[in-house]
Amino acid sequence: MTQADMGHDIAAAPGSASGAPTCSADVTSLVGAHAERLENLYPSVPATVNREEGLMLYRDMTLGRRFEDKCAEMYYRGKMFGFVHLYNGQEAVSTGVIKAMKLQHDWFCSTYRDHVHALSCGVPAREVMSELFGKETGCSKGRGGSMHLFSKEHHLLGGYAFIGEGIPVALGAAFTSRYKRDALGDASSDSVTAAFFGDGTCNIGQFYECLNMAALWKLPILFVVENNKWAIGMDHNRATSDPEIWRKAAAFGMAGEEVDGMDVLAVRAAAQRAVERARAGEGPTLLECLTYRFRGHSLADPDELREEAEKEFWAKRDPIKSLAARLIEQGLATAEELKAIEKEIDAEVADCVEFALAAPEPKPEELTRYIWAED
Amino acid sequence: MAETLLFNALREAIDEEMARDPYVCVMGEDVGQYGGSYKVTKDLYEKYGELRVLDTPIAENAFAGMAVGAAMTGLRPIVEGMNMGFLLLAFNQISNNMGMLRYTSGGNYTIPTVVRGPGGVGRQLGAEHSQRLEAYFHAVPGIKIVAVSTPTNAKGLMKAAIRDNNPVLFFEHVLLYNLSEDIPEGDYICALDQAEVVKVGSDVTILTYSRMRHHCLKAVEQLEKAGVSVELIDLISLKPFDMETISASIRKTHKVIVVEECMKTGGIGAELLALITEHCFDELDARPIRLSSQDIPTPYNGALENLTIIQPHQIVDAAQQLVAGKI
Ligand SMILES: Cc1ncc(C[n+]2csc(CCOP(=O)(O)OP(=O)(O)O)c2C)c(N)n1
Ligand SMILES: [Mg+2]
Repeated sequence: MTQADMGHDIAAAPGSASGAPTCSADVTSLVGAHAERLENLYPSVPATVNREEGLMLYRDMTLGRRFEDKCAEMYYRGKMFGFVHLYNGQEAVSTGVIKAMKLQHDWFCSTYRDHVHALSCGVPAREVMSELFGKETGCSKGRGGSMHLFSKEHHLLGGYAFIGEGIPVALGAAFTSRYKRDALGDASSDSVTAAFFGDGTCNIGQFYECLNMAALWKLPILFVVENNKWAIGMDHNRATSDPEIWRKAAAFGMAGEEVDGMDVLAVRAAAQRAVERARAGEGPTLLECLTYRFRGHSLADPDELREEAEKEFWAKRDPIKSLAARLIEQGLATAEELKAIEKEIDAEVADCVEFALAAPEPKPEELTRYIWAED
Repeated sequence: MAETLLFNALREAIDEEMARDPYVCVMGEDVGQYGGSYKVTKDLYEKYGELRVLDTPIAENAFAGMAVGAAMTGLRPIVEGMNMGFLLLAFNQISNNMGMLRYTSGGNYTIPTVVRGPGGVGRQLGAEHSQRLEAYFHAVPGIKIVAVSTPTNAKGLMKAAIRDNNPVLFFEHVLLYNLSEDIPEGDYICALDQAEVVKVGSDVTILTYSRMRHHCLKAVEQLEKAGVSVELIDLISLKPFDMETISASIRKTHKVIVVEECMKTGGIGAELLALITEHCFDELDARPIRLSSQDIPTPYNGALENLTIIQPHQIVDAAQQLVAGKI
């Protein structure tokens, strides 16, 4: 595959680095290299969407946002426990990638920051909220909790609480897809797997081990890096020798791309390109989405380390507001229609809380159920 | 009946199961073109192709995790640990994902995987290649652990492990691959959860597994000559223990010795004797005996290595003292 085949913004081969132009705009340098990268991304062609698709994306992102806001409220009201990692600010990645794939056909793998991925996959809000409340109606029957959301029905391979351990699992799902096609001769086997993980996770061995195997065997997988600049309190630029993660693709001879992770249409377009390559048997893509989380690492994090200026920079790029503006500007929706969607979502979120509060607890006599395949 | 070496019995089991079920596949280091470092997958690459017998890069944690993902989405992978000790690098995947994921997911997924390979103390392989990870993995929930000891049980247990819908850690022993024996023709299965009564006896129960079974057999020969009747049980299943068979024997002999190759602290025998104390306390006429390896890294020097693991004469001594009421 040549670079030209893969688009202009594909990882350059070693020695021919052709990265983004550097910029010294004073405003952005104030808030650091991560913001600077976002400001200076090569413009990429965003996905074109019709009214129906645009509203679908808007609905999904709004659901993600409002669901998480409700989680914070419920956590502080003592309805959920443990470590709860919210996704506010990063919605364009979940929606942009997952909604560009085939639900209940393709496979999805998340981390501990998994509520919104589950919702984008189609896991009902009632099942996700129930899980966070530890109820029997939860998607993991109350046995998993916030960091362990699973739904075989919706092809959610899981939330994984250890850094990097979901990536090999995702690789296995991609292997199954190829195995069914090439070892079992099932020509209809064309599922693609998307693995989501953070910038900090790109420093662990399993990440590199899997990039190697995915490229080696041309597995249909998207490695989606949600680079939100922080790994709890560790600044990405202090943790990694080359902060441009997408460039690591070149070392494995695979496609790599960086994208504005605050722009759902840009993410969608990049995901569509990657999925097309994967389905065509051309192998994996490393997709680095530049994004930011609007809240602390988890609800237990006082978020005192990050600069106000940095937070403001990213808050101005709220992916939901940007999409709303775009839909209105392009005449695909009116402000009133978007308001109506928000109201519907609020009702859905209120309903899922009500449902989860009233839902039954797991039965004590089933404490040891699900250890073995037979029960 | 056909005389077969143990490695070949395993190979036959894998071959037959792969022919029977197209979702069964093998992955690991050098399992394909090279045929496995102990030849357990010899010629299967040529027969089944490079995807069904997948040569992986040296990346234990990642390929163990890949097997989990493959199992979650419909395959039945057999993962080879080139040496079971190397699976220390895959502890994350084996514990969190093979072992716990079914439970954590509330039953969403099953993980039908077999993780197999050579364990135990070989001949002067040094500390790192002489580990007994069955003890380290023992506490992981959701995993079955078996140890094979003869060509016959190796084949029957391998087939059972492949057909089981749970993750199975399957311990072979580096010094037993060339053991030869007549094994039954064709398809047969040995139950994963059943101990094997190797020899019926009445004075003392000896519980053991893997290579130590053969040390025990040597000891039993001498003990019989000395008039001591030993009931020798090969545990086979290290998790869960077959407490029914074990308890029945202790109710008969009222004396028990555990002979193991793992280290004493946190070993298989430690857990086993705790259970025996709970289940059979009133049946015991003497305190239980534990013959284990020293709590040290296995030394390279041959003489020191022999001193590290239990030898047949130590089993003879312990049994004689126990039945003579001297312990
Ligand atoms: C193996 C392991 N080590 C440490 C942790 C603790 N931990 C949880 S999240 C996190 C930071 C991860 O950052 P990143 O990959 O950027 O993801 P983000 O939280 O920003 O989404 C750390 C160190 C862990 N969960 N697993
Ligand atoms: Mg991060």
